[in-house]
Amino acid sequence: MVKTLQKTDVVLVGVGWTGGILAAELTKKGYKVVGLERGKERKTEDFLMGHDELRYAQRFEMMQDLSKETITFRNNEKMRALPMRQYGSFLLGDGLGGSGSHWNGMTFRFLPYDFQIKTLTEERYGKNKIPQNMTIQDWGITYDELEPYFDKFEMMAGISGEENPLGGPRSNPYPTKPMLAPLPAKMFIESSKNLGLNPIMIPSANLSESYTNPDGISRAACQYCGFCEKFGCEYGAKADPVVTVIPVARQTGNLEVRTHSNVVEILHEGNKATGVRYIDTQTGEEFIQPADVVAITSYVLNNTRLLLTSKMGKPYDPKTRTGVIGKNYAYQNEGGNTAGFFDDKEFNLFAGTGALGACIDDFNGDNFDHTSLNFIHGANIAMSLTGNRPIANNSVRPGTPSWGKEFKAESLKYANRNLYIYAQGGSMPYAHHFLDLDPTYKDQFGNPLLRITFDWEEQDRKMNEFMGGQTSKIMKEMGATDLVTYSERGTYDIVPYQSTHNTGGVIMGDNPETSALNSYLQMWDFENVFVPGASAFPHNSGYNPTGTVGALSYRAAEGIDKYLKNGGSLV
Amino acid sequence: MSEQEKKEPILDKRSSRRTFIKNSGLTVGGIVLGGALGSLLGKDSTTETHVHSEATASNANVALMYFTPNQYRITEAAAERIFPADDNGPGAKELLVAYYIDHQLASGWGTGAKEYTTGPFFPAESTQGFQSSLNRQQIFEIGLNAFENHSLKTYEKSFTELSEDEQIAILTDFSEGKVELKGMTSTYFFNLFRSTTIEGVYADPLYGGNKDMEGWKMKNFPGHQMSYVDIIEKEEFVKLEPMALNSQHNH
Repeated sequence: MVKTLQKTDVVLVGVGWTGGILAAELTKKGYKVVGLERGKERKTEDFLMGHDELRYAQRFEMMQDLSKETITFRNNEKMRALPMRQYGSFLLGDGLGGSGSHWNGMTFRFLPYDFQIKTLTEERYGKNKIPQNMTIQDWGITYDELEPYFDKFEMMAGISGEENPLGGPRSNPYPTKPMLAPLPAKMFIESSKNLGLNPIMIPSANLSESYTNPDGISRAACQYCGFCEKFGCEYGAKADPVVTVIPVARQTGNLEVRTHSNVVEILHEGNKATGVRYIDTQTGEEFIQPADVVAITSYVLNNTRLLLTSKMGKPYDPKTRTGVIGKNYAYQNEGGNTAGFFDDKEFNLFAGTGALGACIDDFNGDNFDHTSLNFIHGANIAMSLTGNRPIANNSVRPGTPSWGKEFKAESLKYANRNLYIYAQGGSMPYAHHFLDLDPTYKDQFGNPLLRITFDWEEQDRKMNEFMGGQTSKIMKEMGATDLVTYSERGTYDIVPYQSTHNTGGVIMGDNPETSALNSYLQMWDFENVFVPGASAFPHNSGYNPTGTVGALSYRAAEGIDKYLKNGGSLV
Repeated sequence: MSEQEKKEPILDKRSSRRTFIKNSGLTVGGIVLGGALGSLLGKDSTTETHVHSEATASNANVALMYFTPNQYRITEAAAERIFPADDNGPGAKELLVAYYIDHQLASGWGTGAKEYTTGPFFPAESTQGFQSSLNRQQIFEIGLNAFENHSLKTYEKSFTELSEDEQIAILTDFSEGKVELKGMTSTYFFNLFRSTTIEGVYADPLYGGNKDMEGWKMKNFPGHQMSYVDIIEKEEFVKLEPMALNSQHNH
């Protein structure tokens, strides 16, 4: 027996960064918002027992319960997709705040090049530079148009950083000064300067100093406790929807958050959604929440799945290359990394925070000449000091056994004597990398799981080789006794953890034939449905996605306000 | 033997066994003891499990939730080979890693409570990850049995009775995938056993291993500290006394 509830102005499917930002912006304008969150409520004090590596980092305390729902995966269409039974390559956030609670806080802006990638690549290198099956396209919005929204997100979150000489132009400096620099970050900065590069401290949402944002929210400075990535912050120093946008929305009296509420269907008639159907996962009761606007604000993968199971928009077909939902799935090509071992130095590697470290953009985007290179785009090269926790960090020099006497002695010796430079590479979309519904495997409610078809390409291998050359050069300059560079890129493997930077599936653009959303993150086919998030990225840049996700969310909030006032398609 | 072990007097095994027998009101002479008690009083005193150092005798956590005594003994011996006692400090045995593993197997992790366990099950490409219907309790049951059987087959001795080098040879066979196992490769089981051992060395002591934070001390890891603001910019290494979550909890 489904119970139909009273209509609201806006219903949110998920309350993390995207949902939280929409909630704050729209409730401030007086709209009534209902936030449906399938996980549980979260508060800062929940993390007083948070410095627990086993519980949070090894047993995934803050992540979705895979017994209820997962994805299936295959490298290509010839393979049978099989379920991701245990966590590996990426982690799916759960609960109020979503991935915005367990993130590291690295807050970059994608480059001006990213938003016009196809036009600019063809302009500089000619049409033949882009392989036939690489489906990059312009985003339907430029960096300059998006700049005010980047600024808004950074002011709200209190991003700590310094001007990036190789980034897009900024209307304002970062609201807080860069993080304190530990010795390895200083060494990285000095060494890359020696090599003629342009290092900066990583822009951080961990707060270098106490800060009060434009909404009047005050937060304390980061304590560098070393438990950030995969953990919640017990100080509220890390910008998290739970300590920034959600309290602002709640204070207006216009936001109602319902936790344990799992949306299973978007209901629609003609070119409009009428609301959503959801299940209270504690009681099994079913509800319909009617709304004037439906905002799909869960993770990339669930956003795509919900549109497919609700039969909204045209599903992407890799054979004909038509349709849009599920198109341009991309990831993060992190490779060409270098580990360095320092016999004559001992660093305080146990200390750190999620977004602490230094980086360069000299080899990111189109900041360097690709004429003689057989790949496009590039990587942000960084050394980050997130806190080396002891279960996960047992770095030994190559050739050392992974267990026994020698392993023990060496892993203890190098526990505070190893540094790591990584290249976080952009990931380009291909016609044969996509998301669709799995024909076999189901979730807890009997709905099909999302199926990922993805692999690394020659583009990725060439980029890794190139980046390996750069990261090893910097590590040598830093004076490592021994170093090893990992440039080999085989087949994409879902087992080792790599990055929770999945992108695409519900992409934005300037044409309904090739994209699902317009530049306000409004669906071309359903004018009252908005889908902000990294699912809107037509490709992934060489950066952590959240800064750009935040900017797109502010853009979407403006779009929803316009739509609720005037109706119709905004573009 | 590590410095730590030398400092801790180990109770004489015979006397403790005698105490146990006395308290239980049984005698050995002339009476055939059957069942579980008989096996506890096995002929070889080195296989006893109920003998503690003074330090662990009062630790109520040192008991078994899931393992049989025999599974416990094999686990303890094998974990010690993964992370042995040496000049740096204690090994897995003294760090109580086998109790950690026992307790973890009794938890939702042991039964795969938060993992996708719905069929159908198909053979997988290695890039697709674990695809067996076995949970970790079953994997350990099969794997520990195989440690024992492979020892008997190779050396005609129990795993716990092998020399260090022989135990290393057995584990090497497993790590290299040379042993046939039901439902998985021996490499898979070995890697799981290895990573669980490392967890037991370094997880917060609240989970039963990392005894007295000795794992952290060897690695100069300070455990749970509220703030490193004062040291984050220091260029010299700062050695701190570690703290466990217990220090944070309101007692």
